[in-house]
Order: sequence, then structure tokens, then C-alpha cells
Amino acid sequence: MLELKDIGYAVKDERTGRKQDILKGVDLCFKDGTISVITGPNGSGKSTLIKILMGFERPTSGKILFDGEDITGISVTERARKGFTIAFQQPVRFKGITVKKLLELACGKKLDTEGMCDCLSSVGLCARNYIDRSVDGTLSGGELKRIELATAIAKGGEVFLLDEPEAGIDLWSFEDLVKVFEKLRDKTVIIVSHQQRILEIADQVVLFERDKLICAGKREEMFTKLTQRPNACWRDIKEN
Amino acid sequence: MDMDRTDEQLLETVADLHGVPEGSFNIRKNGKLLGRRSDADIEIASKTDKDGIDIIVKPGVKNKSVHIPVLLTVGDFKDTVYNDFYIGEGADVTIIAGCGIHNATCSDAQHDGIHTFYVAKNAKVRYVERHYASGEGTGKKVFDPITKIYLKENAQFVLESTQLGGVTCSDRKTFATVGKKAQLIVKEKILTDGEEKVLTDFKVKLSGKGSRADIVSRSVAKGHSVQHFRSDLAGKSECFGHVECDGIVLDNARIMSTPRIDAVSPEASLVHEAAVGKIAGEQMLKLMSLGLSEKEAEDAVIKGFLN
Repeated sequence: MLELKDIGYAVKDERTGRKQDILKGVDLCFKDGTISVITGPNGSGKSTLIKILMGFERPTSGKILFDGEDITGISVTERARKGFTIAFQQPVRFKGITVKKLLELACGKKLDTEGMCDCLSSVGLCARNYIDRSVDGTLSGGELKRIELATAIAKGGEVFLLDEPEAGIDLWSFEDLVKVFEKLRDKTVIIVSHQQRILEIADQVVLFERDKLICAGKREEMFTKLTQRPNACWRDIKEN
Repeated sequence: MDMDRTDEQLLETVADLHGVPEGSFNIRKNGKLLGRRSDADIEIASKTDKDGIDIIVKPGVKNKSVHIPVLLTVGDFKDTVYNDFYIGEGADVTIIAGCGIHNATCSDAQHDGIHTFYVAKNAKVRYVERHYASGEGTGKKVFDPITKIYLKENAQFVLESTQLGGVTCSDRKTFATVGKKAQLIVKEKILTDGEEKVLTDFKVKLSGKGSRADIVSRSVAKGHSVQHFRSDLAGKSECFGHVECDGIVLDNARIMSTPRIDAVSPEASLVHEAAVGKIAGEQMLKLMSLGLSEKEAEDAVIKGFLN
């Protein structure tokens, strides 16, 4: 089980020099064997929370407990070795590192064509076309995104942090993508998404709103909440 | 051939050779000829006026290779060698010209290969040059190669040049004149560490209509090492030229890049790109999130980059 206790994250506003809260008093619980989907308007701190969970950013206050152990201060590498796995919102490009090499680094062993097939076919790519390709700008955005997901699956783990995994992937393959997430159901899966089809597979939905307490609940009750209120983003603009 | 363990290791590193190669070859050690094989397709002959060889590839010779490695295993020695390559019309060959220095002494060892290529019409050359040095001695290990390339109509020249460690200082100069519809492709890879210094300098004239040049240099500088990349690309006709210098700096190292492009002809299209800096933070985070330590992540990025 992954627990967040009173997590806060603040940055200094470059312009005014004042402290700006990105996250404040976040208490959340992600149970084993569940899929949680985090949703909410742009700039509400969803990706920041993912980065804090992976250890890319340190929270300015609060604690993160994993199976009861305080992991707030441990490094990215240590978290990865404890079973934390992330798929970036914007996949990183590497000059010279091939798709094969990246997958090998992810799973920690050499891969033959068959092994590559296992990794790539689940995200709808044919291994033969990618063996010697570098993970760089010569691949399309959608291809990079699929490879990012394949890397996460190849690495494996206990906690999967997937930041907008569907962004840039064509709608035609959506159902297959959903199947990929379904296969991870025995793990702790945390997905940032705005897509209804992904929200539908959630056991828990977490709603982020700017300047408001984050609320989380079972899918059905959160759906009612979401449909009853006007769009959070637009409401801000209308009210201001 | 009389070779010891050091010779064999150097040969393997600079020329992927395990013993005597197939095809034509010329192996030079400490300024002397160690072994040579010349055949009807590729003739190798010693120069009579100075140190060096003429390598003559007959017209139309296809899929053949020549190995011309040089070994230097003593200190207090400067070896300058003039090698001229005459590539016949329509030929298609690979030339492997590594040089390895093993200097365990406290005096300097230097090898300067002055290589000139005359590539005839429609001929294709892949030229692989690897420089490597080892040895614990305080003596310097120096390479100052000069490569001159003359490409006739529709000729193609691929230069794969690698210097991956151990070389104290190096001043590398490459000159090329690219004729009508001819093409020059350069893939240079350099790794320096400690107090090592490298200057690499390209002067390329795109003189023929439809000529092309693509020069890509990737370098990694560690420790206190210093690298300077210079290029001067002139387009004298309707042509396309691209120069790219990508550098990763670590520790207290330094990389400078000075590209110059000159569209002498208004029909010339020339591009240069240069990027020098630390390993991108997001690359490190991505690899560390796969379970690699900081050091392992750094090594993986560098290995891929220089792959």
C-alpha cells in the first residue's frame, strides 16, 4: 500500500519572490491491486505528484509510506529497485541509445528478437521495425509514447506511475491500450488521464482542483460528482 | 609475422584484427614493415622518396578491403608516414587504418599519418580510422593525422574516425574537395579524459554541382580534458552541406565549437548545428527510474552517444 500523509510542495515564484503552493495537505491512499486515475485541470499539480512519488522532486512537507516504510527521502534509483516504475508524460530522447538497448536496460537482461517482440507487441509495435532505431527525434511522438510504455512494462514492478499514457496515441488503438492497463490490475497502478475510457477502468478516481482540497473516491461516486459540476477550468475563468 | 601480446591487443583494438587479415594489408610497427600482402586488385608499394606507401585500387574492384594498421610500442619515437590512396573508377572498397600506441616509457611517442585519397569517378570508399593509446608511462602519446580527400564526379567517401581514450594530445586535420554529384560523409567520435587535448579541424570545399557533405562529430570530454572542434565548409556551387557538433562535458572538461559556413555560390545550401553541455537531467532521471545508479546512467548515455 502506498500512502501520502499531508504532502506539500511549494516553489518560489521567480517574479514576486513569494512562496507558491503547488500541492498542500495531500492525504491519499493507493491500495495494492487497484487502478487509480488522477484527473483534473492543467496546472493543478497532477504531474508534480507523480514526480514526487518517483522521487524526482522532494516534497516540502509530509511523508510517503510504502508498505508502512517511510520512503520520502530515498533516491530515484532506490525507489525503482523497490518496484516503482514510471512512464513519462513526455518521453525522453537519447542520441545513440537504441530501442533494444533501452528495453534491455529496463528489464536488466539481454533481449533477442523474441524478447523484444514480447515487450513491443503489447503496445502495438512490431519489434522488427525498431531493433536498430535510436530513441530520438526520428521516431514519431506516438511511437515514442508507446516505447515509453513498453519500457515501463519491460521493467516491471509493484507501483506503476503512468502520466497521460494515452496522449498522442491514435484513438484506433485505444482499446488495446486499455487492455495493457487492465493487465497490471494486480499491481498498484496510478494513471494521470483525462480520458473517459480510462476513467472507466478506475477503482479509485482522484480529482485535483486548483486551490481546493483534492478529493478521492470510488469511481461511481466520483463520476456523479464530476458530471454535476461545471468544468473546473472554465469555471475559474468565468468566475474571475 | 613476429607479434607479441601487446601488438595483438593493439591490433584487435584499432583494426578488429585477430592475427593476419584477409585481403591486402600492410602492418607497420615502430617505423618498420611488419607484414604486407598485395594482390592483383589492390596493390601496395613502398614509396621511394619518403616513408610511406602507395595503395592502388584497380578500377571496378568491388567489396574488397585493405588493412593498414600502425603500431607504436616504444617511447622517444616520432613516426611520420605518407600514405597515398588511388581509388580506380567504379571501385567499392573498405580501408581500415587504425593506429595504436603503447608507451610505457617516460619519453614521447608520436604517430602522424598523412593520408591522401584520390577517388575516381563513381568510386566508393569507406575509410575507418581508429586511434587508441595505452601505457602507464609519463611519456606523451600523440597523434597528428592529416587526411586529404579529393572526390571526382559521383564518388562517395565515408570517413569513420574514432579516438576513444588514452591519447595525450591530438591535432587532427581533414581537407576535402568534393566534385560534381560527389558525397562526403564524416562520422567522428572522440572521448577524452584527464589532461588530454584534441583539436579537430575540417576544411571542406563543395565545388561540384550537386555535391554533398554531411559531417557529424560527437564528443565526450571528462576530467580536465579540452576539445576544440573547428569546421570550415564552403559551397562553391549548387550543393548541400551539413555540419553537426554534439558534445557532452563532464567534470571540469571543456568543449569548444567553431563552425564556419561560407555560401560562395548563392545556390549553396549550408547548415551547421552545435550543442555542447552536460548530460540532460531528464536522461539521467529516465535511466535512474529504470533502476540504474547515477554512474551507470551516465555510462549508458555516453556509451550510446559514442556508439
